[in-house]
Amino acid sequence: MTRLVLRRLALLVPTLFGLSILLFLWVRALPGGPATALLGERATPEAVERINELYGFDRPLPEQYVTWLGQLLQGNFGASTRTGRPVLEEFLARFPATIELSLVALLVAVGVGIPLGYLAARYQGRAVDHVAVVVSLLGVTIPVFFLAFLLKWLFAVQLGWFPSSGRQDPAMIATHPTGFYVLDGLLTREWDASWDAFVHLLLPAVALGSIPLAIIARITRASVIDVQHADYVRTARAKGLAHGHLRRRVILHNAMLPVSTTIGLQVGLLLSGAVLTETVFAYPGIGKFLSDAIFALDYAVLQGFILLIAIVYALVNLAVDVSYGLIDPRMRAR
Amino acid sequence: MSAPEVYEVPQPPVDAGDGLAEDRRAGESLGRVALRRLVRNPGAIVGALIVVAFVLVALLAPLLAPYGPGELPGRAEVRPTFIPGPSGDHPLGLDRYGADVLSQLIWGARASLLIGVLSTLLGLAGGMLVGLLAGAFGGWVDSVAMRFVDLMLAVPSLLLAVSIAAVAGPTPTSVVIAIGVVQVPVFARLLRGSMLAQRGQDYVLAARSLGLSRRTVTMSHVLPNSVSPVIVQATLLLATAVIEAAALSFLGLGGGSPTTAEWGRMLVAAQNELEIAPRLALWPGVCISVTALGFTLFGEALREALDPRSRRR
Repeated sequence: MTRLVLRRLALLVPTLFGLSILLFLWVRALPGGPATALLGERATPEAVERINELYGFDRPLPEQYVTWLGQLLQGNFGASTRTGRPVLEEFLARFPATIELSLVALLVAVGVGIPLGYLAARYQGRAVDHVAVVVSLLGVTIPVFFLAFLLKWLFAVQLGWFPSSGRQDPAMIATHPTGFYVLDGLLTREWDASWDAFVHLLLPAVALGSIPLAIIARITRASVIDVQHADYVRTARAKGLAHGHLRRRVILHNAMLPVSTTIGLQVGLLLSGAVLTETVFAYPGIGKFLSDAIFALDYAVLQGFILLIAIVYALVNLAVDVSYGLIDPRMRAR
Repeated sequence: MSAPEVYEVPQPPVDAGDGLAEDRRAGESLGRVALRRLVRNPGAIVGALIVVAFVLVALLAPLLAPYGPGELPGRAEVRPTFIPGPSGDHPLGLDRYGADVLSQLIWGARASLLIGVLSTLLGLAGGMLVGLLAGAFGGWVDSVAMRFVDLMLAVPSLLLAVSIAAVAGPTPTSVVIAIGVVQVPVFARLLRGSMLAQRGQDYVLAARSLGLSRRTVTMSHVLPNSVSPVIVQATLLLATAVIEAAALSFLGLGGGSPTTAEWGRMLVAAQNELEIAPRLALWPGVCISVTALGFTLFGEALREALDPRSRRR
């Protein structure tokens, strides 16, 4: 087990190293070069020249890269040209918001997707199966940001059931020890603050969770259908195993392995989708900050955020892989 | 060594492990079997009809659209707090700048489909090249190609597309490049895996033992038998490409002016009018979704036609 983790961590190093080279060259390839990335589009030639000298952008590329990598390893990802604050600080300030949103979205996807897929497989060809097939088709064909629009328009603008933007009512006075607003309210016993944050999360979470939901429902359905026809299920049935026991312990248990793999694969989708969903709902997470950075051509933020997101993405994938070892003993052998 | 007339070049066995042989009639090619299955599948028909309809609209835009792509026929009728809805002259109403929404949608089909198709072709070409190199040579070429693929997959796809589009500047061309490049690792991995699976087949061994050169074995035996999953994936990725193009427009990387007829662009502009004219967001959104649905349905049906194992799902 420990060896698996160590080996995967070791494999991570060359990937991140390669990515850092690409992102380093990326800023050099920008129109105007790295000085423009630091100063913004409207920099004067004199300022660009001064920056080039000051930061050593006129030095040979390998030398620049080593310097830059050294800074990265010390946690210096540069500063945002838009806010002037360090990129790492901006990232960490918004990261809990995106984790909170992604977790609720994943809960929606798993909580609806698995039962839907399971019921569809159990009642194959009946109404619930048709619903599942339609949901899993629409989930992947309706763009996340369009669904977010529709939800916002219907439930926030027309019906007024949910807030249309933000993380918490600006008038709400609340303390935030952890940065996870729902959790904060529970910890500090500010129940109304916690509830308010939760209500703000729901619409974006449903929009963000729509693609994973569709995929999870589909895989669950396919996997349960496969397992239902497996020889060991027939044997168990022939041995006279009680129906309920058979369904829960044998079929569901065995069908969950491909589903858990699929759930792990959704992390990238959630991170991509967060950029769009957070933008529609003006939800102050890393996705919204990233899309603002795109509009403002804040390259330092783009470069730093993409590297940080790739690190998070890789670590989550690693955690997912390791958890398979816990679920399925066969995986440990590899 | 290229003298197929001297001896029979070994043909792939009828059942190359894909189960196509079961409902194959005498003398019928595998392509015809797949086609026959496709025609029997209602999903394929609906998907194909949707795709054909949108392609026709895109091609015939100059004949179908009541107004030109940049025309603003209702400019004088738009007020800051009022955008005229559907009327006799404008069946789907006007937008913020006074353009006819129906015409914009029709011209938009052209832009959106073109971006989707071109980017997928680019991704397909790049991915097949990388996958072919890896699958044909193996060894260190394979290792290098796959590390490169891993690297590209280390960043969530939309963010990778965003970074590429940011370097290339906000134009439709850079959207095509960004989405195409993001698809390269997907196709590369798929073709390589498929080729590796074929390389172990008996017919490849037979061809090799007859003394055919590695190039002939790879290009005329392994490759043709490996492309079907790639073709299926390309159809499915057309849906993703149309959606991602709209997403890049949505993030301000699509280029063009606020009156450019492109679905993603129209959806962005509509965001500001959500309170007074929500229908402006509805139409382009529906067009993107339906187009994606068409490609997805057709792609799924194609997968089922070529691989019966996925049929039960």
